[in-house]
Amino acid sequence: MVKKVIGKFEVEYLQVLDEEGNADEALMPKLTGRQIKELYENMILVRTFDDKAFSMQRQGRIGSYLQVKGQEAAQVGSVYALQDKDWLFPMYRSSGALLARKQPMHLLYLYWGGDERGLKSPENVNNFPIAIPVGTQIPHAVGAAWASNLLGKKEVSLVFFGEGATSKADFHTAMNFAGVYQVPCILVCENNQWAISVPRKIQTHSETIAQKGIAYGVKGIQVDGNDIFAVYKAVKEAVDDARAGKGPALIECMTYRIGDHSTSDDAKKYRGEKEVEEWAKKDPVLRLERYMKKKKLLDEAYKKKVLENAKETVEKEVKKYEEYPAPDREDIFKYTFAEMPQQLKEQFEEFKNG
Amino acid sequence: MVSMNNVEAVRSALDQALKSDKSVVVLGEDVGVNGGVFRATDGLQKKYGKDRVIDTPLSEEGIVGMAIGLAVTGVKPVAEIQFSGFLPAAFDQIFSHAARIRSRSRGRFTCPMVIRAPAGGGIRALELHCEMPEALFAHIPGIKVVCPSTPYDTKGLLLAAIKDPDPVIFLEPMRIYRAVKQDVPEKEYTIPLGKANVIKEGTDITIITWGSMVKYTLDAVAGLDDVDAEVIDLRTIYPFDTEAIIKSVGKTGRAVVVHEAPKTSGFGAEIVATINEKALDSLDAPVLRVTGYDTALPFARLEMQFIPSKERIIKAINEVMDY
Ligand SMILES: Cc1ncc(C[n+]2csc(CCOP(=O)(O)OP(=O)(O)O)c2C)c(N)n1
Repeated sequence: MVKKVIGKFEVEYLQVLDEEGNADEALMPKLTGRQIKELYENMILVRTFDDKAFSMQRQGRIGSYLQVKGQEAAQVGSVYALQDKDWLFPMYRSSGALLARKQPMHLLYLYWGGDERGLKSPENVNNFPIAIPVGTQIPHAVGAAWASNLLGKKEVSLVFFGEGATSKADFHTAMNFAGVYQVPCILVCENNQWAISVPRKIQTHSETIAQKGIAYGVKGIQVDGNDIFAVYKAVKEAVDDARAGKGPALIECMTYRIGDHSTSDDAKKYRGEKEVEEWAKKDPVLRLERYMKKKKLLDEAYKKKVLENAKETVEKEVKKYEEYPAPDREDIFKYTFAEMPQQLKEQFEEFKNG
Repeated sequence: MVSMNNVEAVRSALDQALKSDKSVVVLGEDVGVNGGVFRATDGLQKKYGKDRVIDTPLSEEGIVGMAIGLAVTGVKPVAEIQFSGFLPAAFDQIFSHAARIRSRSRGRFTCPMVIRAPAGGGIRALELHCEMPEALFAHIPGIKVVCPSTPYDTKGLLLAAIKDPDPVIFLEPMRIYRAVKQDVPEKEYTIPLGKANVIKEGTDITIITWGSMVKYTLDAVAGLDDVDAEVIDLRTIYPFDTEAIIKSVGKTGRAVVVHEAPKTSGFGAEIVATINEKALDSLDAPVLRVTGYDTALPFARLEMQFIPSKERIIKAINEVMDY
């Protein structure tokens, strides 16, 4: 009879910037002052876009909207590690990631206005359309990364999902394939603590999401998701590894959904104000500002200018959205198949005359 | 009697079922503390506790798979799938297991459970929040499919579904969740599954429809001066009320079927085939269908171009009348 320990596992946590904005220089990723400013400007743009989308929903100028607020660092920091040829698999809360990945802002408004055309990726970047069913995009990202191996390309896939999605079979089967075929896929879990009204502890009894990687032979790490340097560092290392043929990674970003789940939700029904206030203190934008101030990368004039520029861009893009030509009703039929089958043709004729 | 809308009728039925049958549990995403994203289970967890109104992890395949295990062993699950667009994740469990447990075990085990799901379009929701999948599930032998249109029917049919010995998919049209109010008994009552309702009597033409299309069909025929249409609210998609359809068509000699789902292999096809098989001699005209198209349901801005409109319903009625 033998009884012994045959495996011991550890889960790493990474924070570079503390809440006061002090960076651990030994852990600091390689970023120039210009790059840090770019990250900051991207986050401000995302937040300005996001606030505007929320108020436009309230005014009936777009449909339902799911806010990014509080999760800017996780999204902007992650995609900053990607190249344009890499593949992004977004979810409904990934507006921030999409903006930082060159998805034109007016198209995002168009999408939230209920128009398919808003999902079309610009030709020079590989942004997959937003997935609405939770977790369903994760296998696609692994498949795309697998293709990169099979076709001998050096393209990496990155997929976003919430901690709620880790309860879905899709997550587990995707992790499993990613591990077995060692594909260049980065699985980024934005653990914002809530899946609508369901708290993290009802999604999983395990202590972290990151440790779920262990069971699949996938590297897993938990990072402070409101610390853009930690996010960027973890994702960049994972992307570099993946591109070098060293397989996938699961990155759990500890963050928080500051707003309601969506514009149809009222979070007061299920969570306390106090918790929200505590997390608001860890705000990712505030934290980067504190750091930049200390490093003399930011002063009031610069901050004001960044905000003004963001507002100006947002207003311009909103106008572009609102002046965008109305959708052609015939488009409903045009994208079902490469060629319309007989049945559809008949329906199309009837539709055109009706 | 209490005046209720459709969501309130759902809640009232669940409340009743939880009260009178201790084996009933309600489970799903956000059904507990939050009371459901449409408030269909509001207040029920407070009243019956966390073991009977259960917030689950986010997994439709999990919810339905577990519900099967619960049902087989004596718990009576009423599972909520937050939107019918997320039912496909549970399709394997429904198709391969819920539907077949009775047959596979030669009656030794059964699977009495209800899967509720808000369904249908017309509310400007996001993608995959608007589909009407009745035909997909009606095509699974062993599954019953219900789709009510009025508060009175919603409560009575849901209570009947909960008491039913077999698995039932209960599709709740979101577009009319709050659009109609009706006096509904507070006490428990059931409406038998498989029985249609002649919601408007008429002599010239039979319109067969269900779900939110009932309301819009009634609106359409109300505007017709020279046609006296009979409107049948099918209520249960499977098993469907052949007798009511044949009887009505026998009287009118003409029929139109209206549904939101795509045309090809839609449930309308089944009804037309049944009329052909059983009432061909009474027909004075071919039976027409007014349906969605064989395309993805468009996003909000073009959605109403897809869902049968009043104009399309009237056009079909006139075509059949003029034949
Ligand atoms: C398969 C599926 N089930 C249910 C829903 C409804 N829904 C939308 S978001 C959500 C919670 C998701 O939580 P999480 O994965 O943590 O991501 P978050 O929204 O918090 O970013 C639910 C239940 C859905 N979109 N897809």
